[in-house]
Amino acid sequence: MDEKKYQQLEQQLTPKPAYLKNCLAAFITGGFVCLIGQFVALFYITFFDFTERTASNPTVATMIFFAMLLTGFGVYKKFAQFAGAGSAVPITGFGNAVVSSAIEHRSEGYVLGVGGNMFKLAGSVILYGVFSAFAVALIKSILVALGVISW
Amino acid sequence: MVNGRGLLTFASQPVVVATGVTVGPLEEKKSPFAKYADKQYEDERCGLKTNEQAHARMMEEAVKIALSKVDKTPADAQFLLIGDLVNEMTPSNFAAGTVGIPYMGMFSACATSVSTLLTAALLTEAGMADLVIAGSASQHNAIERQFRYPLQYGSQKGATAQWTATAAGAAAVTPYIAGAPVITCGTVGVVTDLGMTDPLNMGAAMAPAAADTFKRHLDGHGKTLEDYDLVMTGDLGKIGFELFKTLLDRWEYNVSHTFRDAGAEYYGKHPEFLAGASGSGCSASVYFSEVYDKLLAGQYKRVLLIATGSLMSPLSYQQGETIPCIAHAVEIEMK
Repeated sequence: MDEKKYQQLEQQLTPKPAYLKNCLAAFITGGFVCLIGQFVALFYITFFDFTERTASNPTVATMIFFAMLLTGFGVYKKFAQFAGAGSAVPITGFGNAVVSSAIEHRSEGYVLGVGGNMFKLAGSVILYGVFSAFAVALIKSILVALGVISW
Repeated sequence: MVNGRGLLTFASQPVVVATGVTVGPLEEKKSPFAKYADKQYEDERCGLKTNEQAHARMMEEAVKIALSKVDKTPADAQFLLIGDLVNEMTPSNFAAGTVGIPYMGMFSACATSVSTLLTAALLTEAGMADLVIAGSASQHNAIERQFRYPLQYGSQKGATAQWTATAAGAAAVTPYIAGAPVITCGTVGVVTDLGMTDPLNMGAAMAPAAADTFKRHLDGHGKTLEDYDLVMTGDLGKIGFELFKTLLDRWEYNVSHTFRDAGAEYYGKHPEFLAGASGSGCSASVYFSEVYDKLLAGQYKRVLLIATGSLMSPLSYQQGETIPCIAHAVEIEMK
């Protein structure tokens, strides 16, 4: 049997991903994660000396802390199987990627294990996140300098 | 006697005189095969420090259990042929170091259960051994980290994904004695690669290899499907198994005959395991427990076991390579 024919057969017999169900689950769970984030932000604004703008840093840290706990207790993985993008896209997904790698490599020690592998998955997010932020800022700076838009 | 490409016939009738199977805690809870195992661990790490140590321990205990059933110790065995999926097969190496049997590590990925059994039969056939141990193992945590993401990383898996089983199986092979299942013949697989690239759909990649070995075995040894009470593949999983049967159907084999797949059945009807089990302990622990017991009990007269393995590494698929696959077949008969 040639490759093309087999690939067609494989496509026929492999169940299609439930796109609609996955989208819905991601929408609801992702929204739910953000709702919790909103409450955390309001908490910092109400009880501490934070503004809407400055509350984002402690909020992000708190959300990552929650993700860390859930990852450690083995709950995040189960949540992710249901939530899909709903658990991967928010900052909690980033936290999970870092913490899961750290736990995984604990057996190889703190330096070569935890330290060397913690950003194995999240490293790409940091690299391309920082680079795209730089590129966008550069474009905006040029447009501002040309007088097309203002800050 | 030379009888064709990759075809083996064992005229001296080597036998599987005893087997030893160990399984992990999750398997004990969720797998219908756990009750046939000799030992069930309560802890995934067997109370040891690392997953890899537990992996080695499970293999080691399976070997010792198989030997103890015929009142032998590791000092009585001439060869140890085992393998696993971890880099450089360190769990097998450590297990071999502990038992101290002259050792050759063998890698056929998840088809190692059968490749080691065939080699054990060959050594016996050649008259160079009267007790050889064959087997393979896998440990979920150790293998998942090797091939996929960290264990606690939340990624959504599709219906084709398989769950690496924590299990080990060992078989003790000796020259013919009455009352034990005989290894009559076997077929060494050809690497088959039909361009599949998804490491989370290994069943689809392996199905053509299994079909090819099946056909070569039947044609080469002049057998028909009716000769067998059971044809059991290793770890094709639910989707790969369907593909395998579809391929055989196209070659006009009657697939309503007793076909089973160890991986597809491994976790019963639990949906959280998606397409079923995989790993080199999967086929070993089923072949050397349930199938072996039923051969002994006379429930099966002649079985064809086709263990399947996907021979990729994380490096090869990250470099965009396809998944080369292998399937080895062994025929076991209760005389």
